[in-house]
Amino acid sequence: MAALRGAAARFRGRAPGGARGAAGRQRYDLLVIGGGSGGLACAKEAAQLGKKVAVLDYVEPSPRGTRWGLGGTCVNVGCIPKKLMHQAALLGGMIRDAPHYGWRVAQAPHDWATMADAVQNHVKSLNWGHRVQLQDRKVKYLNVKASFVDMHTVCGVSKGGEETLLSAEHIVIATGGRPRYPTHIEGALEYGITRSCCPVPTSPSLALLNCLADVALECAGFLTGLGLDTTVMIRSVPLRAFDQQMALLVTEHMAGHGTRVLRGCAPERVEKLPDQQLRVTWVDLASDRKDAGTFDTVLWAIGRVPETASLNLEKAGVRTNPVTGKILVDAQEATSIPHIYAIGDVAEGRPELTPTAIMAGRLLAQRLSGRTSDLMDYSSVPTTVFTPLEYGCVGLSEEAAVARHGEEHVEVYHAFYKPLEYTVPQRDASQCYVKMVCLREPPQLVLGLHFLGPNAGEVTQGFALGIKCGASFQQVIRTVGIHPTCAEEVAKLRISKRSG
Amino acid sequence: AGCERREEAGGGRSGKAPREQEKTVPSALPTPHSCVWSVQEENAGAFSLQVKELFSSLGVDCNILELDQVDEGASVQEVLSEMTNQRTVPSIFVNRVHVGGCDHTFQAHQSGLLQQLLQQDLAYDYDLIVIGGGSGGLSCAQEAAVLGRKVMVLDFVVPSPRGTAWGLGGTCVNVGCIPKKLMHQAALLGQALTDSRKFGWEYSQQVRHSWATMTEAIQSHVGSLSWGRRLALRENAVTYVNSYGEFVEHHKVKATNEKGQEALYTAAKFVIATGQRPRYLGIPGDREYCITSDDLFSLPYCPGTTLVVGASYVALECAGFLAGLGLEVTVMVRSVLLRGFDQEMAEKVGASMQQLGVRFLRKFVPVEVQQLEKGLPGRLKVVAKSTDGTETMEGVYNTVLLAIGRDSCTKKLGLEKIGVNISEKTGKIPVNVNGEEQTSVPYVYAVGDVLEGKPQLTPVAVRAGKLLARRLFGGRSEKVYHTLFWPLEWTVACRDNNTCYAKIICNKLDNDRVIGFHVLGPNAGEITQGFAAAMKCGLTKQLLDATIGIHPTCGEVFTTLEITKASGLDITQKGC
Repeated sequence: MAALRGAAARFRGRAPGGARGAAGRQRYDLLVIGGGSGGLACAKEAAQLGKKVAVLDYVEPSPRGTRWGLGGTCVNVGCIPKKLMHQAALLGGMIRDAPHYGWRVAQAPHDWATMADAVQNHVKSLNWGHRVQLQDRKVKYLNVKASFVDMHTVCGVSKGGEETLLSAEHIVIATGGRPRYPTHIEGALEYGITRSCCPVPTSPSLALLNCLADVALECAGFLTGLGLDTTVMIRSVPLRAFDQQMALLVTEHMAGHGTRVLRGCAPERVEKLPDQQLRVTWVDLASDRKDAGTFDTVLWAIGRVPETASLNLEKAGVRTNPVTGKILVDAQEATSIPHIYAIGDVAEGRPELTPTAIMAGRLLAQRLSGRTSDLMDYSSVPTTVFTPLEYGCVGLSEEAAVARHGEEHVEVYHAFYKPLEYTVPQRDASQCYVKMVCLREPPQLVLGLHFLGPNAGEVTQGFALGIKCGASFQQVIRTVGIHPTCAEEVAKLRISKRSG
Repeated sequence: AGCERREEAGGGRSGKAPREQEKTVPSALPTPHSCVWSVQEENAGAFSLQVKELFSSLGVDCNILELDQVDEGASVQEVLSEMTNQRTVPSIFVNRVHVGGCDHTFQAHQSGLLQQLLQQDLAYDYDLIVIGGGSGGLSCAQEAAVLGRKVMVLDFVVPSPRGTAWGLGGTCVNVGCIPKKLMHQAALLGQALTDSRKFGWEYSQQVRHSWATMTEAIQSHVGSLSWGRRLALRENAVTYVNSYGEFVEHHKVKATNEKGQEALYTAAKFVIATGQRPRYLGIPGDREYCITSDDLFSLPYCPGTTLVVGASYVALECAGFLAGLGLEVTVMVRSVLLRGFDQEMAEKVGASMQQLGVRFLRKFVPVEVQQLEKGLPGRLKVVAKSTDGTETMEGVYNTVLLAIGRDSCTKKLGLEKIGVNISEKTGKIPVNVNGEEQTSVPYVYAVGDVLEGKPQLTPVAVRAGKLLARRLFGGRSEKVYHTLFWPLEWTVACRDNNTCYAKIICNKLDNDRVIGFHVLGPNAGEITQGFAAAMKCGLTKQLLDATIGIHPTCGEVFTTLEITKASGLDITQKGC
C-alpha cells in the first residue's frame, strides 16, 4: 500500500478511454464531490494535468426554498454577493460624502430589488463561467446529489431521481457547509432566514442573531448601510476567533453608525404576528430579564454545519469529528481512507476561507498527479472581515501571541490614524486603527498584523507576503511608505503598547 | 615665551552670550577651527605645530593661518588683537570662538572644555538651518530639534506666475499628494455615484459637481495641515521664519521676508530642502495664461475645458480627476506616457483614461498660447506643432495646465557663493560618493526632490531627512560600553585594581550589534577568540546580556556591561 501511495503511482490503475465500464458505471481518475471553490479548483487543476475528472454538485434548497448554481458558497451565497452588498452600503456612505467634495446630489433612498437583481446577474454570470471552464478543461459536470456506496463508488441521484454510479481512483470531498438553524428555538426554521436566502424582498427592520461568525456582523453592517433599521444580537463575544481588541472596535464602530447591538442576549422564540411582522423574544443572559421586539426579518448567522449528512460517509469508512461533524484529515488532506480526501470548509480544523480551499485543492491535484509534494501551509492565512469599517488581519491575534510566547516576549505596536479621504467629509475615524504584534526580542519578528480601515483587504494582502517571508518590525519600519495611503500607517508604526 | 598671557583662560567662550563673539571674528578665518601665528614671533611655529597635533589627535582639522603669508597680514593681526586683547601669536580659535594661546588650548583640552567647544558649535546662531519647509526639510528639522539642537527653518513660497502661494508644508501638503488625492477621491465619488444606481440607490436628478465646494473643502484641510506643521515646529522649539533663504557667505544665510526685510543667520550645518517647482514651456503666452499644479488645487473657478500639457504622472493624475469631475480634458503628449515607469502599464493607463473620455494628442508640443477672451475661466487658443513633421494644429480651451516636469529650486540660493556644486543639466544637487546627503561643501546637506538621482517622493524625503538629522546630531551611531575590572587572581595579590579594562562598541542603528571588542587583562587572547566567532554570527548587546557568565573568570565581565562611555559614570573598581 505504501508503494501505491507514492505520488507517481497514484493514477496507475486508470482504465483506457475510461467512459462507461462494467455495470453501467462511470470510471474516472478523480471524482470531486462539491462544486465550490475548493472542489472546482482541484478538478480543473487535475484535468489540466491530464486526468479524467468529474465534478458532482447539488444544492439542497434552503428551508425557505432558495437554491443556486455551480460555484458553491463563495460565489452564490458568500463572499461575492456579500462584498457586492457591502459595496452597495459603502456607496451609500460615498453619496453622503459626495456633497463635501462638490457633487451636487440629494441623499438617495435605496431600492433592494435593483441591487439584488444586479448582484444575482453577476452571480449567474459566474455560475455560467464556472460551467464553461469545466467544459473547456473537459471536466464532466453532473448536477446530482452524491452518496458513497463503498470506498471506491459514489452514487449520484439527479433531481428527477435518476441514479448514476461513478467510481474513481481518488475521491475528493469538498461539500462545504451550510448555515446552522437554531432548531431548538421555536419558530426559528419557519420564520428565520440565513444568508443563503439573501435575495429577500425589501425589509425595513431586521434582527440578526449571532454567536461567533463574521457573517452576522458583515450582514448587519451592510443592511445598516443600506438604510435598514438593524439589530444584532450577540450571545457572548463578537468575532470570537479574531483579535478581541479589534473585534471591540469593529462593533463600536457599527454601534456608532446606527446598528443596534444587543450583547449577552439569546433568542427564545419567534412568532408571526397577524400583520406579518415577526415578534422575537429573547433573554438577557446576565440579568435573566426577558425582552421582545418586532422585526420584518430574522436572519440567523450563528455558524455553519458541514454538509456531510447525505454522503453516507460510513459506507466508505471516512471518519468525522463527532462534535463538529467535520471530516478528519491529515496534512496531505487525506481522510481516514487514504484515497479519499477532504478540502475546504468540510475538513476539520481548516480555515473556512475561499482562497485556502482553492490553494489546497490545487496543491492536492498537483500532488495526485505527481507534480509536487508540497503541502498546503495553513499558517498566517490573511483574511478580511467586510464590516462597514473593514478589518484585515494576518497571523496571530494579540491574545494568541501572548498565549503562545508569553506576555513578556510580545511587543505590540499600534496607532490610531485618520484616512485622508475622511478629512474632507469630516467622517469619524475614531476606530481607524492598526496594530502589529511582534516578538519582543530583536529583530522583532512580526507575528500578526491587524488593520481597521477602508480597503483593509487590499492593505493586508502585501503584508501577508511580508510575514510569510519572515518580516521583522525593523524591516517594516524601514519600508518607505506610499503617500498618501492608509497602508503607509503600518510602516509608520513606532509606538508600542508597553511604552504607552 | 612666545605664548601670550591672558588673565582669563578661554575667556572668549566663558562669556554668557558666546554667540555674540562670532560677529567679531574676521571672515579671513575660512574654517571654524584656526590657529593664527606669525614666523616673526619666537617659537610660535613650534607652538602652532603642537596645537595642530592636538587638533588632529581629536580628529579635527585645524586651519593654520600664517600672518606673514597672507595679504594684509598686519591689519589682520591688528583686528585680532583688538578683538581678543591678545597681542601675541599663536592665537587659537575653536568654532570661531577665541580660546587663547597655546597654553590655554592645552588647558582647555585637559579640562574637557575644548572637546565641548568643538562639539557644540557655539559660534553660530543655530546648529542647523534648514532651507525649505517641505516634507524632507521639516522632518529633518524636527528630528534635529528632538536631538536637542537649535534649529531654524526658513520657508518662503515664491508665488507662481499666476500669483498662487501657500503656507508651510511644501509641495506634498499644499500643491501635491494631499490635494491631489482628495481631488482624485472627488472624481472616484463621481464614479461611485454612477455605480450606486446599479447598486440600488435611487436619485433622479442630474448630478452636478461644484468646483468651488470641493476646492474650499480641500483648501480648508490643507490649511489645517499647514497649521499643524507650524504647531509641530513650535512644540519642538524649532524657529520658523517665513523668509527666503540664500547663502551670502560660508555658514551664513540672508533671509528676506515678504516685505523685503532682510536678516542674517549663521549655522554650523545647513540642509537644503527647497524641492522643485513646475516648469514652464518658454513659449509665448505660457506664463501669462497657463496654470500649473501650483495653481490648480486652489483655482477659484472651475477650469472648464482643459488642455493638459505633458505626460508625467502629475499630468495624467490631473487629467484623470478633471475628466472624472465631468470636464472635457485633452492631454498633449510629446513622446511617451509616464517616462520611467513600465511602459506596458503606462500605455494601459492611457487606454483606460481614453475610455473615461480623456482625449490624447500624441507627438505634439505647444508653440504658442493666445488669450481669446478674458474670464474665469477665459478662452485660450493653443497652437501646437508636430514633433515629427511640420504639421501644426490649433485648439481652443478654457484652461491650459502645464505638467511637463519640475525644476529644482537651487538656482537662487547663493549656492555658488559657498561652492555647492549643482548638476548643470538637472539643476539638482549631486550627493557625495558615500551616497550620503552631503553636498560638495561638507557642512551643507540636501534632502528631497533637490537631490540628484533620488526618488521624488514624500515618504523618501521624510525618512531621509530624519536619518540625516540622526547621523548629524544623534551623536554617533556607536554606543560604547566599558568597565574596569579586577581579575580574581589579582585580588589576593593586591595587584592594581584599576588596570584591566573591557570595552565593546555597539552599533545603535543595527540592533546594538557588537562591532568592536577590546579586552586588556590576563589571558586576553583566550577570551577574545570566542567572542570573535560570536561577532561573526552577528553578536548583539542583547545577546551578550542574555549570555550566562562563567564564574569566576575575566570573560564574564562582558555579560554584565552596563555603563556606557557616554554616560560618563565612574567605572573604577573599589576595594583592597
